[in-house]
Amino acid sequence: MISPRCAACKYLRRRCPSDCIFSLYFPPNDPQRFACVHKIYGASNVAKILQQLPSNLRAQAADTLYFEAQYRIQDPVYGCVGIISQLYQQLHDAESELAKTQAEIAFLNCNPQEEVQPIEANYSANFNYLLPDQYCHPSTQNSWFS
Amino acid sequence: MGGSSPCASCKLLRRRCAKDCIFAPYFPSDDPHKFSIVHKVFGASNVSKMLQELPIHQRADAVSSLVYEANARVRDPVYGCVGAISYLQNQVSQLQMQLAVAQAEILCIQMQQEPNLPITQMDQDEQSLLLSTNFNNIPQCFNFASSSSNVIQDPLKRESLWI
Repeated sequence: MISPRCAACKYLRRRCPSDCIFSLYFPPNDPQRFACVHKIYGASNVAKILQQLPSNLRAQAADTLYFEAQYRIQDPVYGCVGIISQLYQQLHDAESELAKTQAEIAFLNCNPQEEVQPIEANYSANFNYLLPDQYCHPSTQNSWFS
Repeated sequence: MGGSSPCASCKLLRRRCAKDCIFAPYFPSDDPHKFSIVHKVFGASNVSKMLQELPIHQRADAVSSLVYEANARVRDPVYGCVGAISYLQNQVSQLQMQLAVAQAEILCIQMQQEPNLPITQMDQDEQSLLLSTNFNNIPQCFNFASSSSNVIQDPLKRESLWI
C-alpha cells in the first residue's frame, strides 16, 4: 500500500520518499500549513533548517516557522516583530504603572494620617495580539508559566 | 570610468547590480552580513517578492523586520522570534500580577486607614474581582523551553537591526 504524499510533496508535485524531511511536520490533511511556510521561506530553506536540527526538535521548529510565516503573511511589513514591539511597550507600561503603585504604597505607609485618594484600577491587560492556543505544549512546562 | 559598486545582494548573488535593483537601497555593499543572513533564512527570491508587493515607503521597515527575524532564527533555529514572544508574554504576565497585588495592597491600606471612606472609583464587585483575579486565566500560548534571552532586543531600540 502506498502512503499518501505529505503536503509538501503534494505542493511540490513530486514523489514523497519514505525519508521525506517534511512528511512528519506537514501532513497531507493540512495543505495550507506548508503553502504558508513555502511562501515565506521556500521549501529548500525549510528543509535545511529542519535537517540541521536533531529530530526531537523538528516538530517545534516546524510549528514556529509556520507561526512566523502566518504572521508575515498577515503583516507583510512587520510580521511577528510587530508583536515583539507591542510586548516591549506593554512591558514598559506595566513597569511604569507598577513603580507608580509601589510609590503610592510607600507614601501611604509613611503617611497614615494623610487623606487617601481612591485608587483607580485603570491598567488593563491588552492581550488582543495573543497567539493561537495550538502552540501550548503542556509537556514543556517550565518556570516561566507557573 | 566605473559604475557604482554592486549592492550586498548582487555581490553575494554574483550578478550585475541593475540601476533599479530592488535590494540596493536596503542592502548596501558595506554590510554584507545583513543580506547574507536574510538570504540564508528567507532566500533572495522570496525577499524580492515580498519587497515588490509592498509600497516603497514600507520596504525599509519590512527589511528591518526580516533582518530581525532572520537573526532570531539563526540564533535560535528551533524557536526563532517565537521564543522571544513567549518570554516577553511571560514577563508582562508577571508584572501584571505584581501590579494587581500592589493595587490590592493599596485597597487594603485604604480600608484599614479609612474604613468608612467610600471608594468611589470601584464598587464592591470590582474590588472582589481585583482581589480574586486569577491571572492563570490569561491564555498562555507558549510554553516553549527556549534559551531565547539572547534574542530579546527591543526591535525599536536595537539600531543595528532596525534602520
